[in-house]
Amino acid sequence: MQLFSIEYISLVVGFLILIIGIWGILTRKNILKMVIGFSLFDTGTHIIIVALGYVRNKTAPILDQVNLQTNTAQKIVDPVPQALVLTAIVIGLGVTALMLVYAMKLHNEKKTLNIEKYNDLKW
Amino acid sequence: MLRNSLILLVLLGFAAAVFPLVQSYEGKDTLTGVAEHYANYGKEEVGAANLVSAVVVTYRGFDTLGEVTILFLASAVIGLFLKVSETHTKDSRSVFFKSTEILVTASRLLVPMIMLLGAYIFINGHLTPGGGFQGGAVIASAFALLLLSRPQKHFSHKVISVVESISGIAFVFIGLLGILLAGGFLDNHIFAMGKFGTLLSAGAIPIIYILIGLKVGSELTGIVRNLKESQKVG
Repeated sequence: MQLFSIEYISLVVGFLILIIGIWGILTRKNILKMVIGFSLFDTGTHIIIVALGYVRNKTAPILDQVNLQTNTAQKIVDPVPQALVLTAIVIGLGVTALMLVYAMKLHNEKKTLNIEKYNDLKW
Repeated sequence: MLRNSLILLVLLGFAAAVFPLVQSYEGKDTLTGVAEHYANYGKEEVGAANLVSAVVVTYRGFDTLGEVTILFLASAVIGLFLKVSETHTKDSRSVFFKSTEILVTASRLLVPMIMLLGAYIFINGHLTPGGGFQGGAVIASAFALLLLSRPQKHFSHKVISVVESISGIAFVFIGLLGILLAGGFLDNHIFAMGKFGTLLSAGAIPIIYILIGLKVGSELTGIVRNLKESQKVG
């Protein structure tokens, strides 16, 4: 394990962003800031998945040069996590838009974004 | 106080759960499993220079169909939440300020260029980094700029939903053609494969990416439009 290799640094940074996201979701009172927390959580997961697909000293899985087209498996990083993250980014965008619209509806209803004012379901 | 310590406990527990993962992680030197197959046979089987596109559109095309469905659901639910009325009365007051001259002039220059870039990104999705989702998002950003510079302008909801429905149906139709003409659902061998690395190659992938680009672009434009129209008073 090399401590300062690029895949290790990305993995640690990804987990840090993910934990910051959870912290934001749990502690913030403003609904918009909670949505930002969810976004950070999302981004952290993406960085972790891409980091796990990295293969040392290999290039991107795009075969635009002739020397990449033979013995491809020895020359490229894993394309599957990148495809998964591509999917996850788009879904994250849709879910974030949905959360923001929901926050907007809540604000129209009570004129506040403070989560502690929404205690209708609290017993 | 109890609340804060509970939150701290949750975070610490999470950190303790992931710490062994980080510590025991050792980088890879070779591809394994399914990725090795994609790398070795992707060129012959799919013919797309961008292997990520090959995985997204063909090897895991079914996932992409599901993803497009989720995006459609999200935009449909947003439309339901906002309930924008189609008829605008003449005297409905606008809540928007007039845009500055700089924004209006710049958007006149930039909007066509951004749309061109978006179209380039999704047409070349099988050759270069990019694809339908990215290109669609770029096109939607052009429409967002248009809405910022001309807030009084109304986008027709009808045009957006027609483009979205037609591209969605055509995507499924091309997938079904794969069952009839080639190896299975969403197989890209239904068209001529062409020369590897040129624009007209990889069978159905460019066409599917164009459809996905139009669909994602119109869906995201619809979301932005609904958000803007719901700000109207009256």
